[in-house]
Amino acid sequence: MSDASLNSASTTQSGEAGFGDFFALLKPRVMTLVVFTALVGLLAAPVAVHPVVGLAAILFIAVGGGASGALNMWWESDIDAKMKRTARRPIPAGKVTREEAFAFGITLAVFSVVMMWLATNALAAGLLAFTIFFYVVIYTIGLKRWTPQNIVIGGAAGAFPPMIGWAAATGSVSIESLLMFALIFLWTPPHFWALALFMRGDYDNAGVPMLTVTHGRRATRVHILAYTVILAVMAVGAAFTQIGGPVYLVTALVFNALFLRDAVAIWRRDEVMAEADNFKVEKRAFRLSLWYLFAHFTAILAEAALRGFGMAGWA
Amino acid sequence: MSFREEHELHKRRFGRNLGLGIVLAGFVALVFGLTIAKVSNENFVVPTQVTQQGGN
Repeated sequence: MSDASLNSASTTQSGEAGFGDFFALLKPRVMTLVVFTALVGLLAAPVAVHPVVGLAAILFIAVGGGASGALNMWWESDIDAKMKRTARRPIPAGKVTREEAFAFGITLAVFSVVMMWLATNALAAGLLAFTIFFYVVIYTIGLKRWTPQNIVIGGAAGAFPPMIGWAAATGSVSIESLLMFALIFLWTPPHFWALALFMRGDYDNAGVPMLTVTHGRRATRVHILAYTVILAVMAVGAAFTQIGGPVYLVTALVFNALFLRDAVAIWRRDEVMAEADNFKVEKRAFRLSLWYLFAHFTAILAEAALRGFGMAGWA
Repeated sequence: MSFREEHELHKRRFGRNLGLGIVLAGFVALVFGLTIAKVSNENFVVPTQVTQQGGN
């Protein structure tokens, strides 16, 4: 587009995307979760990392996560245009072209992995590369539109950042980093299915096979309870590992008791009861799930901080 | 003589270029910091020394 064609004032954005449009491709809100959990993984590791190396590791994990988001938006622009929640994303809004999003995402993906390798180690870079591959190819392109277990598979991709942070510090994978992975992996399904119960319509319009549609809302309520029970056992059990301790145990007991209470309440309700109070319990469970993950990772961080003063764990 | 009012596109383009410039400057600073951190590490060995030791 030549500048001459731009003299007529226009309120809609056309032509070149702004900095903020490209930044929006990185899914900044998702990135905050990635940064936080990766930071906890890095700081909870028993190996001290130079602050600059730690900063670089978190930054490149964030860039890698952002690249995944951009490539996800590139592939899903057709779905995004159909859903209210995503219709204003840069591609469906006409601010960024699909080709630009693809080039941006691929460039950042390669850049983040190479820089991660140079800044930390091959394992952390390999895990970051696999996470991007898993989220974009396995989840977004491969399975999301084909299986109602898409939330479970997507949850695995979101669960890698603390493992990468841990690997950046230690150069290894351990039971503790696998537990942090499991915490996010098992938390994701009840978190999103609770949302799906009261946010109806969007996914139906887009043709994404959500569990609520393919197997029904009753089955979704059963799945939420099942995952929450397994999550609770794992989350409380993690208190007795190297990343746990009294602070983590109390946090896990409180939040898992609350989450289980809501999961049981969701399981016991039917659609008539839920609609009667405008999905009060489902909404409460969703809000609680946000605090749940934040509280668990903050407790892991607190244990790591206390360890620095020789006060953490069960010793 | 009056200057033509700046079009919204030019503001957007300037913002993008400014943002990219800041990101690149930050990247340069980060690579510099990483270099200092790695060279300052007590386990750091200059690669040429490794080669010479390996050849002996």
